[in-house]
Amino acid sequence: MILQMSRIGKRFPGVIALGGVDFEIGAGEVVALAGENGAGKSTLMKILGGVYQPDDGQILIDGNPVSIRGVADATAHGIGFVHQELNVLDNLTVAENVYLGREPRSFGFLVDRQKLNSDTEIYLKRLGLAFSGKTPLGELSIAQQQMVEIAKALSMNARIVIMDEPTSSLTLTETEKLLSVIKDLSKQGVSIIYISHRLGEIGEIADRVVVLRDGKNAGSLKREEINHDAIVKLMVGRDIVRREKPPFETAKTPVIKVRELKTKRFPDRTISFEVRKGEILGFAGLVGAGRSEAAQAIFGVDAPFGGTVTIDGKQIKINSSRDAIRNGIYLIPEDRRNCGLILDFPIRENVTLPALSSYSSGGLINKSTETKTSQEMCAKLNVKAPTVESNAGNLSGGNQQKVVLAKWLSLAPKLLIFDEPTRGIDVGAKAEIYQLMRNLAENGVAIVMISSDMEEVLGESDRIAVMHEGAITGILDRAEANEEAVMKLAVGQN
Amino acid sequence: MRKELGTFILLVVLCIVLAILNPVFLDAANLQNLARLIGIYGIFSIGLGLVIITGGIDLSVGSVFALLGVLLSIFLVEWQLPAVVAVCAVIAITTILGVFNGLLITKLKMQPFIVTLCGLLFYRGLARYVADDETKGFGAAAGFETLQSMATGSVGGVPTPFIILILISIIAWIVLHRSIFGRYLFAVGRNETAARYSGINSDSIITGAYVLCGLLAGAAGVLLAFYTNSISPSSHGNSYELYGIAAAVLGGCSLRGGSGSIIGILIGTALLQVLQNLVNLLGIPSSLNFAVMGVVILIGVIADQILQNRPAKAK
Repeated sequence: MILQMSRIGKRFPGVIALGGVDFEIGAGEVVALAGENGAGKSTLMKILGGVYQPDDGQILIDGNPVSIRGVADATAHGIGFVHQELNVLDNLTVAENVYLGREPRSFGFLVDRQKLNSDTEIYLKRLGLAFSGKTPLGELSIAQQQMVEIAKALSMNARIVIMDEPTSSLTLTETEKLLSVIKDLSKQGVSIIYISHRLGEIGEIADRVVVLRDGKNAGSLKREEINHDAIVKLMVGRDIVRREKPPFETAKTPVIKVRELKTKRFPDRTISFEVRKGEILGFAGLVGAGRSEAAQAIFGVDAPFGGTVTIDGKQIKINSSRDAIRNGIYLIPEDRRNCGLILDFPIRENVTLPALSSYSSGGLINKSTETKTSQEMCAKLNVKAPTVESNAGNLSGGNQQKVVLAKWLSLAPKLLIFDEPTRGIDVGAKAEIYQLMRNLAENGVAIVMISSDMEEVLGESDRIAVMHEGAITGILDRAEANEEAVMKLAVGQN
Repeated sequence: MRKELGTFILLVVLCIVLAILNPVFLDAANLQNLARLIGIYGIFSIGLGLVIITGGIDLSVGSVFALLGVLLSIFLVEWQLPAVVAVCAVIAITTILGVFNGLLITKLKMQPFIVTLCGLLFYRGLARYVADDETKGFGAAAGFETLQSMATGSVGGVPTPFIILILISIIAWIVLHRSIFGRYLFAVGRNETAARYSGINSDSIITGAYVLCGLLAGAAGVLLAFYTNSISPSSHGNSYELYGIAAAVLGGCSLRGGSGSIIGILIGTALLQVLQNLVNLLGIPSSLNFAVMGVVILIGVIADQILQNRPAKAK
């Protein structure tokens, strides 16, 4: 074992984040760390990364007790951290990012660009990457930028690389690529600690899964014991009954017809589809296929656009989000922290923002009606927060997503577009969001669900539209939908 | 309220210290003059505060005062326009300049700093050109005495500009803290993207803030012109925008946008004027004036940061 953490304890004011957690990893081992949000995964890894100091417990590296007092100590002990939010600067080149703050020098103060670039190439090769160190980072995809972070960790001689939700913004193929890089690194003797909500990936690469629950070890599974249900059982501490899919009735009539929709990004492609009353239409495809752009165009963020939208047989004009909102078309955006919510606003002000006029008379806001409605919505959607005056930014991902939903559900939705509805949300809250979507659909709301999570698209959609480079390459009924069929359309083969 | 507390404590402490060191501070005449200045400065500081809450800035206010003063003098003294017409005309002009700023910032996506910096240079130059670089004034204000008394008179011992400030503050408080427009101002200042995704027309909200800033600058500019009674186009209103910005920041407005309050802006304005008074009353060389202000503003903002961060750490 190159790393042993034993009886690690960490208290924050009012909560015990970790109550005596054990964790160990051997050379070249891939250990997945699973658990619901708040289970203590991030805290444990931040202690290992030197961000937090533990209150109790011991950390042994190569059998020697160490104290990790800061990020620099962690680096010196060979611990690298690839954060969920990428820490790269897109105005620099790849090599400049890899060696940021540690640039090889000539004459003591000039950057030795040649050495900078050639050293970087070594790590890029080791990761099997096709781009050069001189590429400006801004030209790379998110997945490639993440590889740069891994290269950076390797360049610091990391023997243990912590990856926090590395696939949350990657497409399927990019995920495959990352997983194969992880396998290679493990063969080279690098140990990987892999935090993920995506249980399928864990099953694919992990030698062992360590599951945390409420700041304690809930159990661990060896390679051969890893399966979806076993992990979930440890995470939630009970068996989860999988919801049966309701029978789908094809007789439903379309409420929303979108014809010849054009987006800014793909001006020479058009999109046409319809959503039937009470159905969930999944939108699958690779990241960058133009799904979010289509959603934004329908919602009027990127307006004006080409094409027409018809609701209940009536063609409507959408020049701005205001128009979309007036017609009952709402978007739950992919980036809920920047687009969906104002994090510094209390829940109440977030919930009432899109329809303030219905909480006011003569332009003046009636705070007590605001409070009443937002409390009702929070109760209905089971938002866990002390009061509606709590800032949205202090909530967990799942609760934030429910607040975004509350914004729209206090109005009268006709079409709800969910863009990556469960990204970064834990298993329990995910199930609640799915249930909410289904309930809405049953109440006659048409739902579009954009998702890069294959399990989610296949499991929750009544029909699946697949996009490739700005166009819909096929719409699958539930009977014909399976992973292979979706992937074929997503990469443009049909 | 916590945001304004640091500045408020500083203000009270300064007043007490000043009253002890020089009792003249508490003389009616001194307090009246102080209130008059707080009135004039407070009005345009509120306008700047609104702009700052959207995450913007307006550097052109001081130059607008010069242009307004010159035009007002020309309208009243040379063209002999009725007082009401002249005042409405100059306020209309400053309001339109606000529209102009707002449109450049929202429609052409220009940075507020640049747009209003150009305004600062342009209006100052225009004022000097229009006035032929000569000092303008109102003389004995023959024919528009009532108007002049708005700036220089008092009602029951309270200077009129202070009364006007109180009225404007009440309206501004309702607009900022109780109205839909006010909520939108904060929303746009905090996170314009999320505001747009909630169906808010952020362009018109931001433009609205610059228009109100122009309107209030117009009102304050008229009072200032009569207060000084002579307008030297090259120096009138010089760097007044910085007083307004300082007042807003001292009062808890963040230059990043999304926070601030009317009460805070008023406390900030009062603090700056008391400081100015302190320099005069304590016989501190007036050349040190700016240095004293700079230090106190810095202390105020640091105190504010400390008060802000303490409860945050408890999390």
